[in-house]
Parts: sequence; structure tokens; C-alpha cells
Amino acid sequence: MSGAALTPPVSERDHAAGPDDAPVTLVEYGDYECPYCGMAHPIVQKLQAALGKQLRFIFRNFPLNEAHPHARLAAQAAEAAGAQGKFWEMHDTLFEHQDALERDDIVGYAKSIGIDAARLARELDAGIYEKHVREDFRSGVKSGVNGTPSFFINGERYDGSWANQDAFLSRLRDAAQAGSTTI
Amino acid sequence: MADSSSVQGTATILPSGTRAPDFALDAAPDKVLKLSDLRGRPVILVFYPADWSPVCGDQVALYNEILPDFREYGAELIGISVDGVWCHAAFARERNLHFPLLADFEPKGAVSRAYGAYREKDGISERALFVLDGDGIIRWSFLSPIDVNPGADGILDALESLAGKSASTESKSVRNESEEARP
Repeated sequence: MSGAALTPPVSERDHAAGPDDAPVTLVEYGDYECPYCGMAHPIVQKLQAALGKQLRFIFRNFPLNEAHPHARLAAQAAEAAGAQGKFWEMHDTLFEHQDALERDDIVGYAKSIGIDAARLARELDAGIYEKHVREDFRSGVKSGVNGTPSFFINGERYDGSWANQDAFLSRLRDAAQAGSTTI
Repeated sequence: MADSSSVQGTATILPSGTRAPDFALDAAPDKVLKLSDLRGRPVILVFYPADWSPVCGDQVALYNEILPDFREYGAELIGISVDGVWCHAAFARERNLHFPLLADFEPKGAVSRAYGAYREKDGISERALFVLDGDGIIRWSFLSPIDVNPGADGILDALESLAGKSASTESKSVRNESEEARP
């Protein structure tokens, strides 16, 4: 709904790329099996490259598992990789292999990014990160996420088109400018 | 966030505090669902323009995913559009939906009209949400622009406020507290 705000705000439970004191924080709620999120992935990477240290990027899980049956496990896999210090490596790999997200595929990705794949498999089977993923999902619902991907810029939902990279970038630049002058 | 009296579209939907008009509509080729049979628990009525259209697809996928959270409040979720039963059946099967879709098909749009949620010029239901309490009184309603998926945060806020109300056994005077949880 209109005026949706990020609830709860970014905290240490989130995965962040970029400095904590960056003037602009971009939060994405996404689903590793969602084709639109897959399309948004390289766009986000370009935004990160363009903004450098000006941008902190946060990814929260919003798996629509009824529509995307591999989404929840993939989300947990990213969390499991995160526990071994390689969240973003797994995140990128999952988005780059959206059509191969079976459990065995994912365990293979763990090997290829150089983490303990047996541990990841064990943790997936035990559902260690189910709760974290569910919490992310609920926070998204509370924040007014209505589909994936949904983006929040400095806590406010971005309703513009993410596919229009130039507009997205200029919005982030404006937010960065506002963010760095308010304090 | 708007409550009862929102008039963003062409329609004026029934506001909070109104008794929800009863109806009996086909939920399947051999099954009729009567609203008053659901007394005693909250009911979420989701009017939407059409099966298969991309925005509705997102909206129903989202609600389908959040269903366990709605059910924690004991609430029933019901979708209503002017599509016929066979269309609904195919749509529900394809999207793996776990809640009923009712066919406001003949006389076309009669129930949508009764709720002020019919879009005369297009001959379809508006995108409108109603949360009813266990006595069949509308406690929250929202009319979304036709092309905007309204998400679920408003519904959850309304259910939360209803649950709080029945827990405190105060049922009068408080109308719509769905704003209070917002920052």
C-alpha cells in the first residue's frame, strides 16, 4: 500500500554489501527462483558498481514458495553460506543458475564457492535457517512488499521501475545526496 | 494506507462499520459458498479484476503464501471476481491456490456491486479488500488502484486490531485501529 516503510529497519541480522555509514541503503526483497528478480540481479550489480561506497545493499528473502517450489530452500542455502562467510557468493550463484536449484545443485554450488558443502547440506536438512527466512518474509509483508523484487531506498518503498536502470540510479543518487547532507 | 472512505477509483466501496451484504456464490462447479456460514471468524474478501492477469497473479500468489499467517488469526480468505467457475478452477489449479475463488458471474458482478466494488465501464470487479469480523461487520476496507497490487500489510493490521479487540472483550466504539502500528 502507499507510503510503505521498511519494518523492521536494517539491523545486524541482515546481509549487507557496502559500508554501514553509506548515505544510501537499498534493500531488496527477493526470491531466487523469481525470473524478475533474476532480471533485476545484474541491474543491482551495475548500481553497486556505479555508486561504490555511496551504497549499502541489503538482501532479504521473500520466497513465494507456492509459485516457486525451490525458492525457500535456495533462500536457506544463501543463509547457510552466509554462516560460513560467503552469503554474497551464494547469492550471486543462485541468481545465475535460477533454472537449477535442486538440493543437489545447491550443494554443488557450495563446493564451487569453496565452503563446507557437507555442513551446508546438514544445515539445510535440519532447517536451521527456516526461521530466519520466514522472518524475512513476514517483515516484507509488514513493509508492504506486494511482489518480487521489491526495493526500499533508505527505508521507503521504491515504486518506480527497477528495470529502468537510469531512473533507478538517479533516484539513488538523489537519496545519497539527501542522506549525506541531513547529518 | 486508507480506510473505509477511500475513493481512489471510480467506485465507492462499503466502509468500515457496515454490515457485509450476505451472498451465496459458486466456489466450484458443485459447491456453493455462503458468506453467513462463515460467522464466528474473521473473513477477508478480496475482489479482483480477473484471473490470469499479471497483477492479480502476483496478488493471489502473495496471499496464497501468507495464508498460514491469516489462519493464525482464524481468518478465512476468499477471492471474488466475475470469472466463471471453470476459469477459477483452472486458475487455482495452475497457481496451486489454497483458498476459494468465487464466481460473481450470474447475474454478473451483483455481489461486487453490493460492496461498491464493481467497475461499470470495464465490466469487472475493482481491486478491493474487506476484512469482516466474526459478526459479519466490515471492520476495514480498502480500494486499490486497479493496476496496483495492494499487498497484505493492511489486511494483517486489520486482523491484528480485530484480535486485540476480541481479546480485550471491548467490541464497541473502536472502529479502525489499523493505523496505530505504523510509524
